[in-house]
Amino acid sequence: MSTSARYWREIPQRYRLEAGKCSGCGAIWFPPRLVCKECGKREFEVVNLPDRGKVQTFTVIRVPPSEFCDQAPYALGVIELENGVLLQCQIADCSPDELSVGMPVRIEFRKIKEEGEAGIICYGYKAVPVRE
Amino acid sequence: MAGIVGYGAYAPRYRIKVEEIAKVWGTDAESYKRGLRLEEKSVPGLDQDVITMSVEAARNALKRARIDPKKIGAVYIGSESHPYAVKPSGTVVGEAIGATPDVHCADFEFACKAGTEGMFVALGLIEAGKMEYALAIGADTSQGAPSDALEYSTAAGAAAFIFGTKDVIAEVTHTFSYMTDTPDFWRREYMHYPRHAGRFTGAPAYFKHIKGAAKAIMEISGKKPEDFAHVVFHQPNGKFPTTVGKQLGFKPQQLETGLLCPRLGNTYSGSSPMGLTAVLDVAKPGEEILMVSYGSGAGSDAFIYRITEKITEVQGLAPKTTDYLDRNKVYIDYGTYAKLRKKIRMGE
Repeated sequence: MSTSARYWREIPQRYRLEAGKCSGCGAIWFPPRLVCKECGKREFEVVNLPDRGKVQTFTVIRVPPSEFCDQAPYALGVIELENGVLLQCQIADCSPDELSVGMPVRIEFRKIKEEGEAGIICYGYKAVPVRE
Repeated sequence: MAGIVGYGAYAPRYRIKVEEIAKVWGTDAESYKRGLRLEEKSVPGLDQDVITMSVEAARNALKRARIDPKKIGAVYIGSESHPYAVKPSGTVVGEAIGATPDVHCADFEFACKAGTEGMFVALGLIEAGKMEYALAIGADTSQGAPSDALEYSTAAGAAAFIFGTKDVIAEVTHTFSYMTDTPDFWRREYMHYPRHAGRFTGAPAYFKHIKGAAKAIMEISGKKPEDFAHVVFHQPNGKFPTTVGKQLGFKPQQLETGLLCPRLGNTYSGSSPMGLTAVLDVAKPGEEILMVSYGSGAGSDAFIYRITEKITEVQGLAPKTTDYLDRNKVYIDYGTYAKLRKKIRMGE
C-alpha cells in the first residue's frame, strides 16, 4: 500500500485526535479499537482527546531514521493527557536536556515528515512544552 | 451586521536578531535598526509551515468564536508560501479543525495581501447569506534571498478570523479595495526567492495603494483619522507604516498596538492580519479600527471595524498575540537559521 493511502486513513487520529469511547464501559481507546479491551463491546462514540497533558516518560533519539536526521537529537515521549489517555508522540520545540517527567505539554499540529522532495507532506500531532 | 466572531494568531518561538544577519553579510545592523525599525524576526521550526501555523491560529479563533466547526462554510488561506505548488492548504486546515466535508476551500495568493483577500471574500459570503460562518487566514513562512534587504524582515506567522452574523465582536462597517498593475515585487514559477524593485516598492507601490485605499474608505464612511482608536497598515518593515500613518494624519499612538514588525518581522500575508489580532486583544467596545493591507503587484484592501460589547467575553479565551511574541522565544544563530530555512544544500 502506498504511503499516501495509509496516511490518509489515519487522518482523523493524526489531525483531530479522534478516539473511540466504549458505549458499554466508557473506556477511551486511542487509536480506536474494533472491540473494547475492557468489556468486549463493539460500539464506540467518537471523542476528541484534550490538547493538554504532561510528560509521563520520554527517550532521546540520537540516531534517527533518514527522514528525521535534520531534527536529531529529538525526544519521543508518552504523554498523559488530561483525561488519562496515553499518547505517544514526538516532543518538539525543546532541546532534550530541558525535558523532565511531569512537565506540562500542549498538543500542536506539526509537520511529521516529508516523503522526499517530491512526495506528500505528512502532518500530525506533537507535544510542545508549556512554559507559561 | 456581519463581522468577526472569533480571531486567533500564531507565531513560532524561534527568533533571529538583525545583528546576527548583518554579521554574516558584513552590513551595518544599525542602519536596518534605525532606518527600517527592525530588531528581530520570527523563524519557523523544521516542522512548521503555512498549514501548521494556520491550524493553530484557526484553533485559537475557534476557541474565541465558541462555535461548532461543522458550521463553517468556507476555509480560505492567503499565503505566498503554500507548502504545495499543487494541493490545497485549505483542505488540510479544514480537516484538522473539523470543518470538512461540507465546506468550500480555496487558497489565495496576492503577495502580502492574500490574507485580507480571503477576509474580503469570506465577509462577502456572510453578507450574501450564503453560509453561517466563514474562516479566513493570512499566513506565511516568508522567503527572502540570502544577503538581500528582505532577509532582515521576512518572518513566519498566521492570523485567522471567523466571520458571521451572530455574537459578532467586531462589525465590518465599510470595505474598500484599490488595485493597479505595479511590478514592484514578484516571484516567477520555480524560483526559490522573490525579487523586488528596490526603492520602486515605496512611493508608486506601498504608499500609493495604502493611501488610495485609506483615503477612499474614510471618504465613503465620513470618518477622519482621529475617529479611530487603532489603525493597522501592512508592515514590510517598521518604517513604512509609521511614515504612511503620518502622511495620512494619524498619530503614532494609533499605530502602536498593531505595529508588530519591529519585533516579529514581515509575515507577508499574515502581516496586517496579525496586527489586527494584537489590536483586538486590547480593543474596547465602541472603538473603531482602520485596517489597510498591501500586496505587491499591487493592491490594498481596507476595512473599518466597530468593536461590540461581546469583545470582552472572548479576549481571554485563547493566547494573545503578544504572548506568542514576547513569551517563550529562543534566539538562534545564522547557522541554525540557515538550517531551519533550508538554505543549506544537502548531499543526496
